[in-house]
Amino acid sequence: MNFWRRTLAVARKEVRQLRRDHFTAGMIVGLPAIQLMLFGYAINTDLRHLRAGVSDQANTQLSRRLVADVEASQVVDVVAHVERPEQLEELLRRGEIAVGLAIPRDFERRVALRDRTPAQLLIDGSDPAVLLAARSIASAPIAIRESPRAAQRDSFEVRAFYNPERRSAVQIVPGLIGVILTMTMVLFTAIAIVRERERGNLELLINTPVRTTELMLGKILPYVAIGMVQTTLILLLGRALFHVPVLGSLIEIYAASLVFVAAALSLGLLFSTLVSTQMQAFQLTFMSFLPQLLMGGFMFPFDGMPKPARAFAELLPLTHFLRLVRGMMLRDASLAELSGELWPLALFFVVTLSLSVRRFRKRLD
Amino acid sequence: MSADAAIRARGLTRKFGSQVAVDHLTLSIPRAQIYGFLGPNGSGKTTTIRMLCGLLEPSEGEAVVLGIPVPREAARLRERIGYMTQKFSLYEDLTVDENLEFLAEIYALPRAASRSRIDALCAEYRLGGLRERHAGTLSGGQKQRLALAGATIHAPDLLFLDEPTSAVDPESRRDFWESLFRLVDGGTTILVSTHYMDEAERCHGLAILDRGVLVASGAPRELMSALAGAVVEVEGEALRDARDALETQPFVVSVAQLGTRLRVLTDSAEPARAVQRALAAAGVRADAHAAPPSLEDVFVSATRGRGVAA
Repeated sequence: MNFWRRTLAVARKEVRQLRRDHFTAGMIVGLPAIQLMLFGYAINTDLRHLRAGVSDQANTQLSRRLVADVEASQVVDVVAHVERPEQLEELLRRGEIAVGLAIPRDFERRVALRDRTPAQLLIDGSDPAVLLAARSIASAPIAIRESPRAAQRDSFEVRAFYNPERRSAVQIVPGLIGVILTMTMVLFTAIAIVRERERGNLELLINTPVRTTELMLGKILPYVAIGMVQTTLILLLGRALFHVPVLGSLIEIYAASLVFVAAALSLGLLFSTLVSTQMQAFQLTFMSFLPQLLMGGFMFPFDGMPKPARAFAELLPLTHFLRLVRGMMLRDASLAELSGELWPLALFFVVTLSLSVRRFRKRLD
Repeated sequence: MSADAAIRARGLTRKFGSQVAVDHLTLSIPRAQIYGFLGPNGSGKTTTIRMLCGLLEPSEGEAVVLGIPVPREAARLRERIGYMTQKFSLYEDLTVDENLEFLAEIYALPRAASRSRIDALCAEYRLGGLRERHAGTLSGGQKQRLALAGATIHAPDLLFLDEPTSAVDPESRRDFWESLFRLVDGGTTILVSTHYMDEAERCHGLAILDRGVLVASGAPRELMSALAGAVVEVEGEALRDARDALETQPFVVSVAQLGTRLRVLTDSAEPARAVQRALAAAGVRADAHAAPPSLEDVFVSATRGRGVAA
């Protein structure tokens, strides 16, 4: 059938061009590998070794014990001892410490009487991660254990299902599949049409019998295969380097990735029909990447966002894919159980592809 | 207007904003001929070709190409026309062979025939030794031959060539025109735009465009003979003085220097006599005599007069 003949002709041409573009071809493998190593090793949501300053005005056995216990938690390293709490504030402002521990003169009395909080933790609130870590110090009943408050216990014991050791790599690697695919896939197709326009090839193409759908599909097909290669690479590296488990069905993970890749590619195509230079295509791709990265649930908790933001994030493909891939890889969920996240991706693909076909007219005006 | 014409256009107009690129163009181009659009840059040649291909929507007017109304049914036209763009538009990072294979697939040539078709084209356009070369590494003339091979791979009935020889040397240009005549002998109609006089002179029919308006049309020889007697050549020592004396005369349309001669285009009833009188009055000693008009004279007289009117 001529439809497939022309579609495959476009796809074959695309592959040939890609093979000759060594830089881009290298990016296909290099980008996921580098990003995985970088993020896998570097990102650690268990905050440790925050620089801390101490102002111990009480200087009693109990207060020194408190400082020692805080330090023993390894969350902070005490790097400065100062006289007055005001000096802690100055160190904080200059960025020399992230946490300041201020122990007042009447520390012992406060502990004994339980009328006021015994000590104060000064925190650099400009960094959300530090805030989180400091909260964990504050909730720990450290030195006070031997005080009359010893009777008080934590209300809950936390058990981290699916990631018992609470390793960051386990949380990050599955999501990284989505992030890397979003980055590369959207960009590949965003420049695909506009490059032909810039180089003048489009003027030739629109004079041939090739139909818009054939052109669009032919452009997408090779990159679907590339997306699968990248997925495989991340899964393999994630397992080899970070022991990230793949609990769910591999076939289902690939199926979900396939739909996600198609959605990302068609978004890129849509961008390609909206811009007139490759530079604009880059900018648009990047603009769409940031909200996905920040609001999709990869970096910050989805549930913490206000309702309108969550509604917006539901429109982003990465949001759904993250839930899919985390569910399948780490929780052994089946695709059927997560179908509520799959159909939005499929819908996204269909809508953006039809918009691209509509936007792209075989005319020059 | 012949019903059998390859292209018929009536009142074809295209505006870009307030600018009129093509202004009520009416023309009829017969089959199996080379028809030329002659005009300077910005005269509306490319815009007209794009409208006739169905790539641009006319603001007004209508066109019927190979019996198919455009742009309404342009999709039907695609398989029957070939278009060679002004700028090389094949893929520079594909080889000659790969480019032609791609087009053969896009035009859905029968599989068995497409291989031999590509071989034949490579022989015809002397691409035999270049088939594994990337198109981007070819010379201007080679690229042009490849572009022509690509535009004719599906043996179109009508071929549009937009300034095809702007990037090639004179010898390649001659070769290229030989190829065009072979195509016409095979029944193809060719519409070519150019700003070279020698190329325009080779066309069977010609339309001279100036700022979107068709200012003259006909066979080159007819156009030239219509101008008979209007060209005067001046020979002598003081050509600069002669030029100064003539340029201010109301009956002089243009003066151009060609080596040791001045070529004077006039709209006077007695061209040679008028020029002689003007030179004598200015005290310039030079010889003036009538000369046969060239296509350039036709072009200048068709476009220059309008400049004054506008």
